[in-house]
Amino acid sequence: MLGQQLVNGLALGLTYSLTAIGFTLIFGVLGLINFAHGEVYMVGAFIAFTLVAFLHVNYFVAFLLAIAFSGLMGYFLELIAFRPLRNAIPEATLIATLGVSTFLKEFANIIWGPEVHTINTPFLSSSFAIGGIQISVIQIVILVVSVLLMWGLQIILYKTKTGYAIRAISQDMGASYLMGVNVDNTIAMTFVIGSALGGAAGVLMGTYYGAFYPTMGYMPGLKAFVAMVLGGLTSIPGAVLGGVILGISETLAGAYISAGVQDAISFLILIAILLFFPQGLSGKKRGV
Amino acid sequence: MKRQGIYLYKIVALFLFVIGIFFPFFIKDQYILRIINMSFIYIILSMSLNLITGVTGQFHLGHAAFYGVGAYTAALLSVKLHMSFLLSFIAGGIGAAFLGFLIGLPTIRLRDIYLTVTTLGFGEIVRLILLNWVSVTRGPMGIPGIPYPSLFGFKITSQIDFYYLIFFVLVLSVVVLFRITYSRYGDILRAIRENELAAKTLGINSTFYKVTAFVVGAFFAGLAGSLFAYFSAYISPDSFTFAESINILAMVVIGGLGSMPGAMLGAVILALAPEGFRFLAEYRMVVVGLLMLGVILWRNSGIIGEQAAIKFMNMKIGGK
Repeated sequence: MLGQQLVNGLALGLTYSLTAIGFTLIFGVLGLINFAHGEVYMVGAFIAFTLVAFLHVNYFVAFLLAIAFSGLMGYFLELIAFRPLRNAIPEATLIATLGVSTFLKEFANIIWGPEVHTINTPFLSSSFAIGGIQISVIQIVILVVSVLLMWGLQIILYKTKTGYAIRAISQDMGASYLMGVNVDNTIAMTFVIGSALGGAAGVLMGTYYGAFYPTMGYMPGLKAFVAMVLGGLTSIPGAVLGGVILGISETLAGAYISAGVQDAISFLILIAILLFFPQGLSGKKRGV
Repeated sequence: MKRQGIYLYKIVALFLFVIGIFFPFFIKDQYILRIINMSFIYIILSMSLNLITGVTGQFHLGHAAFYGVGAYTAALLSVKLHMSFLLSFIAGGIGAAFLGFLIGLPTIRLRDIYLTVTTLGFGEIVRLILLNWVSVTRGPMGIPGIPYPSLFGFKITSQIDFYYLIFFVLVLSVVVLFRITYSRYGDILRAIRENELAAKTLGINSTFYKVTAFVVGAFFAGLAGSLFAYFSAYISPDSFTFAESINILAMVVIGGLGSMPGAMLGAVILALAPEGFRFLAEYRMVVVGLLMLGVILWRNSGIIGEQAAIKFMNMKIGGK
């Protein structure tokens, strides 16, 4: 029973982590919150849904296309809602992303309708037992894909020029600009990477729960935000850890206490942790 | 030397007050009155959030919790304990103010985004308590049958009666919050927002001011909640979600963070926009989203920014 809940919690937590990384990258670079991140997650999921359900594209091809589309959305999101407001008060950007978020949610409502959609993936939802613990193929996929994506992110951040630039900007935007870093392009790239990860999380979660609907990004967006803060805002390992802690504690609370407290538990944990560690779990000054 | 002349804002305020008094004489349409009543409630909410987030700079994402606690306190007191309107109305404000005190306390330790996310967490926890404490709040079923308020023998039943009740509370809130925002107390709040360390160096007990800002803001949000409970006669946790907090915040930011006239205008715009765009049918909320984006791209610091508002407050007609 406990092992089963841990497996379920880990799968849930890893998708929170993927979503939280997007928040963290953007916060690390700009110091701003992107309230449209949950909607990028939702649109990414719906793109995969449309490709699989209506165009009968292979699931994994659809998954890659959805990631690419989410990345593209991140690019335009930065162009529309962040770049023009870079010198404005932070609240202005927040409301701009909120406008984009409302727009995307309602637009999805018109295109796909408010009802819950599902895709039929017999292979992914089949499961097998290891030592009495039921593990479904989609849980394995979530684990493998999350680890691959996070590993890929580390390579991008630490082995490529773009990664260097992202890390430089997150430490000091002005100095990076003076050193010849192309700030505009790098920030756009950060959004592309962060949104692609968010979209990937959306597709995985939509498949895992078998539910695609226009407001599906709302709660995970909120939880990922919490995971980011738990992890110390700008630390990527911290965000991953925060996401996993949230996922596992929620699943355990849902199984052993009641389904009603499942959502409350993550916020209770958040407040409890922040009261003791006001800078998050692995909080450091600055830098991705 | 004393400057002569009349402040322009006093004339504008008087003008709006007179329009407000005579409005129902000309517009008797129930539907329009209902929307106007709701927008008045939103004005109180956005002004109260403006005190916390705009003036004091404490980024607060749980305002719907104050609104909800006010509504539930008033509703439960009048439905279960049959308390009179006036008492439960004020109790709604006090209940929310107590919650405001609780949410204000972490400001001693937490700053910036950490505080923001804590207020968000508090807001969600309050909503989940309303949703899951079924024995008291009836959970998702909500509280129906909130009686019509009666005041000094008058029973308030029609939209017009409610209009005057809500208008009266609105005017009272505007006067009180105006005196608070543009006073020495308000200046201290702004000083804390601009540079807390500098404010402390000048001997300001910043904790006291931050917590009281939360308490006062929560009190008025609670009053708005009480009004909403009586006005709609039915409340459920669905009305007090995170989306509602964000909606109120959007009103403040679009109007102008830190500017009271801005907060009022923002509330009117965002409360009326979904109704005004009703002819667009399902595209209506898409347009509301674009409107928010457009306004903030057009005027970064809101339609009536804080500085514009202060300049407006000092404008005079006549004299020199």
